[in-house]
Amino acid sequence: MIAIIDYKAGNLTSVARALQSIGAAYVISDDIEKLNSADHIIFPGVGAAGDAMANLHSKELVGWMREWIKKGKPFMGICLGTQIILDYSEENDTPCIGLVSGSTKRFPDGMQSEGRLLKIPHMGWNSVQFLRKHPVFQGIPAGAEFYFVHSYYPAPSQDAVVLGITDYGIKFCSVLAEKNLVAMQFHPEKSGRPGLQILQNFCNWGGNDI
Amino acid sequence: MISKRIIPCLDVRAGKLTKGIKFEGNIDIGDPVEAAREYYEQGADEIVFYDITASSDGRDIMIDVVDRVAKTIFIPFSVGGGIRNLEDMRRVIMAGAEKVSVNSTAVTNPEIITQGAQAFGSQCIVLGMDVKKVAVTDKIPSGYEIVIHGGRKYTGIDALWWAREAEKRGAGEICLNSIDADGTQDGYELNLTAMISENVRIPVIASGGAGKPEHLAEVLTNGKADAALIASMVHYRTYSIAQIKQYLHEHEIKTRMLW
Repeated sequence: MIAIIDYKAGNLTSVARALQSIGAAYVISDDIEKLNSADHIIFPGVGAAGDAMANLHSKELVGWMREWIKKGKPFMGICLGTQIILDYSEENDTPCIGLVSGSTKRFPDGMQSEGRLLKIPHMGWNSVQFLRKHPVFQGIPAGAEFYFVHSYYPAPSQDAVVLGITDYGIKFCSVLAEKNLVAMQFHPEKSGRPGLQILQNFCNWGGNDI
Repeated sequence: MISKRIIPCLDVRAGKLTKGIKFEGNIDIGDPVEAAREYYEQGADEIVFYDITASSDGRDIMIDVVDRVAKTIFIPFSVGGGIRNLEDMRRVIMAGAEKVSVNSTAVTNPEIITQGAQAFGSQCIVLGMDVKKVAVTDKIPSGYEIVIHGGRKYTGIDALWWAREAEKRGAGEICLNSIDADGTQDGYELNLTAMISENVRIPVIASGGAGKPEHLAEVLTNGKADAALIASMVHYRTYSIAQIKQYLHEHEIKTRMLW
């Protein structure tokens, strides 16, 4: 059973619909007992870091997440759910969960590519350069693109956790992985077949990083 | 680097797919869910739905269409037409749309952009703009005027001013439709598209006039658009999305080539 953490941060149903399409059983919940009975956790999210952290604190989910990670069971962050697993986000000057060390930064103004000013948010399809193999990204063809929509990006402090890099004026960490945790800035649930493949791989993953 | 997006636009009336030529003489050409599935499989990067139904019964039918589309395709899609307030936005988003677009309603009530962005995030709010070329005057310094009600009513609002205003209010994207070019299949309005795109910091989707892959190449380069909307050229099977992308690829315009 997959549990999608419900913390009033955007539309969780798109992740649920994608899981449904690949035949994965899931619950959407903010109840710690229900979450504990799951084998896999998906932590999605759209919106602002400040509100998201306030909601997580009010539901006592911050401490719960830190405990879950220690158990070694699979955990996936998506979009905002990736940004706030770091220690800190520049968005609303927010202390975050700290499952992975580092911070979330805003894209600098005035980024350019081929003489054109790049727009913020980074909205649309972009590729990911994978630095090593990982079970959750098995079978994803080189050059596959994924759907991004964000103005902030994850900047982990340890290079070892950077699994994928994306170029948007600057090169940023778009996928990070450490032990039983994987997290991505793009939306696998909105990234067509390669995205569904990632969700499928995650469902089959036991949590080992090899 | 980010790819340019190719976005088929599906006009829906009472749950059926239509495509109007200059907003007149609409004819039914199929089921929107099936069309969305086909375009998803052909490599569409996103899909835009315009609900041109007038009645409130029709609106419930549209919510059902949105729900079925969301279970069928796994790329972003937006819904516009008939979005009058936050509750309309919420229903469409909860039914599975990634974005909602507001057009005439935003002109009469610009607060809906601000409120929508606060409630759902800027990335959810698309400003649809219908624009006609007019004489340059003090009131319309850009020479492009916003029109509403399917192009029938002039508003006295300058298109460039309105694009910037919507950005300030929190719109996350602009879908820019040239009424002059719409349905002609003679190419996008390049001057208009470049002018708007260069003066806002949010993505601009060019709309109106696509008939050949060359037209998309023009608007994605000289027209400075971030994405291109297409309708008749794919609805009538003159081209497939894959063919259009292949053409763009051969002309060194980056689009998503694997799906």
